[in-house]
Amino acid sequence: MTVEVEVTIKLKRGVTDPEGENTKKALNLLGFKNVHSVKSMKTFRIAIDADEGGSDVKYEVEEMCKKLLANPVIHDYKISVVR
Amino acid sequence: MMPVKICVLRIEGTNCELETFRSFKRLGAAAEIVHLKQLIGAVKEREKRKLKDYDLLVIPGGFSSGDYIRAGAILAARIRGALGEELADFIRDGKPILGICNGFQVLVEMGLLPGLADEKIGLQQVALTTNDSARFECRPVYIRHENRGNCVFTKGIEKGCIMKMPCAHAEGKFFISEKEREAYLRLLEANDQIVFRYTDPEGTYAAYPWNPNGSVDNIAGICDPSGIILGLMPHPERAFYAFLDSEWPRRAKRGEEGGGAYGDGKAIFEAVLNHLSRKAYI
Repeated sequence: MTVEVEVTIKLKRGVTDPEGENTKKALNLLGFKNVHSVKSMKTFRIAIDADEGGSDVKYEVEEMCKKLLANPVIHDYKISVVR
Repeated sequence: MMPVKICVLRIEGTNCELETFRSFKRLGAAAEIVHLKQLIGAVKEREKRKLKDYDLLVIPGGFSSGDYIRAGAILAARIRGALGEELADFIRDGKPILGICNGFQVLVEMGLLPGLADEKIGLQQVALTTNDSARFECRPVYIRHENRGNCVFTKGIEKGCIMKMPCAHAEGKFFISEKEREAYLRLLEANDQIVFRYTDPEGTYAAYPWNPNGSVDNIAGICDPSGIILGLMPHPERAFYAFLDSEWPRRAKRGEEGGGAYGDGKAIFEAVLNHLSRKAYI
């Protein structure tokens, strides 16, 4: 069984997000004056083989986050099974 | 005496290996550009190399694996996965490692720098994250040598000496989480791990543009507690010769000699080669 998992990596609170801030500035300049905050984040969609039930998948993806996808100093991550 | 053997690591996306290689070569070292695959053994027999045959490992600047995920993350994961044991032995033998720019990011991603955790190769304790300006900062910067003698890459360079070399990065902001910031900074200072800080031309700590990325405490380069692993964001190999300095033609026109044929970066390469040749005599 193949399970598709979505991992969203975002910056922790208190870490500056220059990309988001600049996007906000650009949107304001384009006339979207009501935009008061933009945050950038990154999403990975991972297809992974799992046994029926897919119980280990979440654990495995969490390991992926710890080992490669996120840097715990600056990132929070959210894992959700898509299907 | 055998010349010092240097491994300048290359993978897809590194782009400073040639300058780094030539800098060491110029100083008489037996430098070699080695692809990661050659160390892992995924090549023909005659191209295989062993990490333990080298005296110094250099991870040069560039955009290893396209800077995907985060700068340095993929190369760090690949080294940790395929060379972890050999690298741990390399460090245990007291052999130095230099990470320039992207190489610094790799060392931080591997947890080798600042190396405050018990495990040598472990989780990240700090991060090199997006510049405050959200731009790629590519220009000369001034850095002040801050080390009191712990780091083997700057032994012999006077403390307080101001050096000029180019920086070229989008993710170079040295960042410690707020919770640990004070404790880590105190530790870095106590262990004599801070090697370079950004300053203005007079040597005073200053904010942007002198600090190109918004680094905590103006930190530009740090070493591990034992002083054998150095990572820095500016590029010493791009300041190896005096003529690489953007001011050089104007200075030459004005008739100012200013230190001869070499630039400020040379001292770092010299210092580590001196350290290694001294070690060979003992």
